[in-house]
Amino acid sequence: MKFALAGNPNSGKTTLFNALTGSTAHVGNWPGVTVDKKEGVYKKLSEKIDIVDLPGIYSLSPYSPEEVVSRNFLLNEKPDLIINIIDATNLERNLYLTTQLLELDTPIVIALNMIDSVEKNGDAINALELEEKLGAPVIEISALKQRGIHKLMERAYQEAKKSRVGESVFEGTKYQNLFFEIKKLYENEGVDNICFHTVKMFEGDQIEKEKYPDIACVADKIKDSIDTGDFEGDFEGIVADLRYKKIIKDYATAYKRSKPKEAMTRSDKIDKVLTHRVFAIPMFLLIMFAVFHLTFSEDFLYLGAIGIIPKGSFSLPVIGEDAIPSPGVLLYNCIEELTTLIGNALYSSLPKGAWYTSLLVDGLFSGLSSVLSFIPQIMVLFLFLTILEDSGYMARVAFIMDRAGRKFGLSGRSFMPLIMCFGCAVPGIMATRTLENEAERRRTVMLTPFFSCGAKLPIWAAFGGVFAQAFSVINAEAVVYGMYILGIAVAIIAAMILNKTLVKGDMPPFIMELPAYHAPQFKNLVLHLWDKLKHYLARAATVIAGSVVVIWFLTSFNFSWQMVDDPSDSIIGNIGKFISFIFVPLGFGMGENGWKFVVAAFTGLIAKEMVVASIGTFSGMDGGTALETDGSELLGTPMAALMLGIGGVIGGLDVSIPAMLSFLAFNLLSVPCMAAVASANAELGDKKSLIIAIIFWLATSYTMSLVIFWVGAFFVWNWWAALITVLGIAAILITLAALSAKGLLKTRKIKKETKAGKSEECVKEGL
Amino acid sequence: MEKLLSDFKCGEKGTVKKLNAEGKIRRRLFDMGVTPQAEILLKKFAPLGDPIEVNLRGYALTLRRSEAECVLMEVAE
Repeated sequence: MKFALAGNPNSGKTTLFNALTGSTAHVGNWPGVTVDKKEGVYKKLSEKIDIVDLPGIYSLSPYSPEEVVSRNFLLNEKPDLIINIIDATNLERNLYLTTQLLELDTPIVIALNMIDSVEKNGDAINALELEEKLGAPVIEISALKQRGIHKLMERAYQEAKKSRVGESVFEGTKYQNLFFEIKKLYENEGVDNICFHTVKMFEGDQIEKEKYPDIACVADKIKDSIDTGDFEGDFEGIVADLRYKKIIKDYATAYKRSKPKEAMTRSDKIDKVLTHRVFAIPMFLLIMFAVFHLTFSEDFLYLGAIGIIPKGSFSLPVIGEDAIPSPGVLLYNCIEELTTLIGNALYSSLPKGAWYTSLLVDGLFSGLSSVLSFIPQIMVLFLFLTILEDSGYMARVAFIMDRAGRKFGLSGRSFMPLIMCFGCAVPGIMATRTLENEAERRRTVMLTPFFSCGAKLPIWAAFGGVFAQAFSVINAEAVVYGMYILGIAVAIIAAMILNKTLVKGDMPPFIMELPAYHAPQFKNLVLHLWDKLKHYLARAATVIAGSVVVIWFLTSFNFSWQMVDDPSDSIIGNIGKFISFIFVPLGFGMGENGWKFVVAAFTGLIAKEMVVASIGTFSGMDGGTALETDGSELLGTPMAALMLGIGGVIGGLDVSIPAMLSFLAFNLLSVPCMAAVASANAELGDKKSLIIAIIFWLATSYTMSLVIFWVGAFFVWNWWAALITVLGIAAILITLAALSAKGLLKTRKIKKETKAGKSEECVKEGL
Repeated sequence: MEKLLSDFKCGEKGTVKKLNAEGKIRRRLFDMGVTPQAEILLKKFAPLGDPIEVNLRGYALTLRRSEAECVLMEVAE
């Protein structure tokens, strides 16, 4: 048997799906987490039940892709039963969809979810009363606490064996006769789900009219004959009104409130701070900063820097010197100690000079350990982003940032997928499906690589760390933050440009539910992190390990399949040297090691973890004695030596810092990993858009790296002349921006004057 | 007294009289419960003045002022 799970966005559908099928599909607390239908199996009944999780929808109208997917599934695939999940704390609005599902002939049970929250508020719902009025079983459940779930399935199983005929909200209203007249037209056709079709035809639904043009013709004539009063022939409005009237009169009475409707809820109290008129944006920035600080700060709460921990207090392994690292760094240090231990043991136990020692230690171990060490930090970042999402804060971000984003052609809703990209671009890109507007969705997908994902973090941290130790002018943390800020700045400019050029389009409407805050569920978090960890480890063991071996092989052998001593004579060395001229203008392609960075950047297209892994492998081959240092000191390792060897010498001056920054910028802004490109391909829909996106990413990264390198080189050559030039250009840009803002002000004034006629315009343009 | 939802002040309350929108926006507003006679309370403005947060049917909804302009309200004097 096949059961479909349908309900409003954010009603706990995915949680129930996970509870039923034991899967760990991702749960979030903002509308639209399930963007595709998922399938699973419930095994605890005498028969196995296939469960299909449909995307969250508010109605079965033909306007959004999710609604059409759900509607087609329910009508064409004919599940044996619909489980309609309802957020019991938001009964009125959730029952609106129920009134539409009841029109189908499919048996239905109603899962009254979050009943524990209702009880916690001191309220109650008379489920029996509701069941009687709806004419369908109502079962109180809590998907989160796994309460009532088996009972739900048992009732559903019984119900699925019965047959059912759809019911509408029209009975007993003044449109009843009209409804029956249209219904008769369908009866002659002999179709299923007559009630549903009749209501859709009454509404004048586009999909329905195209499917039954003859009935539409007759129905329109019947509809014309009736006086619709205030609704002025708006049949969609009439139906929506009938639904809500019925809900209020018959169903909502089952909800017994202990407090008046307007009483302050817990969410209201939290929102007093988080969406406060003045504090909201600073709070948002502070929260984002805190997430990153906890993930990769070497100096937690800056206790060391501001002198709470005096200089010279301690110097400990793992913890460090005169500062307590943030949880992310602490875990990183632990893993790094461990990998160094294993590496040294491995190195000393294998015979020196053998080819397999080279493969295992220089190739596989150097490559993989540089990736695996960063897993804790990536997990910590994911943990915080998941908490933000689970709690319901992401929806507030959309509310806070919508106005600011609109200036760049993005609605508040596109902030949610973009922030998710800080974790991983793949779920971020998939989440863009919740954006209804095609142009906005494409713009958002094209911006995703600029939001530095977890797999890129090792690149910033490794280079930042090495350069900070080698040159006192650079701070490792500043490099990491700098990359995030650079990404955001480029995203803003790119969004403005895209909006005006490649992907033009109007601003879509922004009408969105702000879900109640939930405390993140510990079990949920653990499951999600475990899922991510498994995925990451699997990737390290397969794609990355495989690629590392291939890179090692290509670096160790030449075209005539002989092992080489100098990697630059190898296969990849020759290829790298051949193409590296393209990257010479960007700085990091220069010098004798240039080709290694070029190859590293290219391997980043497979997976971003590969950038550091490749550099690890290359340096392992260089040094031979790769892992004999104790690990606490970065400098002096072959990997650090290789990193510091980036760039070359221009006019007698070392340009390694500008070349390093240019290399980081290139990796940040360029084409994301293969997995992300595949997701982008799925979301963009056609090959042409994907090719445009890839060219756009390459062009952006190449241009930005070029600018960064040459501005940087100019600074190295003559810093004060560079400063004057940069300030001069900035002054010109600011003046231009100010002038264009003035122009904008003028047009806004004109708009204000014509505002009087705006409400009529609304109707005319259909907005 | 008639008034557009976009002209509401913080804490102001009224009932929906009519929607001056068409197509997708109209439908979306209906689906979210903004139907004639629904009670709406304007809860707050976003930090940059737009969008707005309203309370209706026991839940919180956010929409832009340009969309609120399409909602004609009846306010008790």
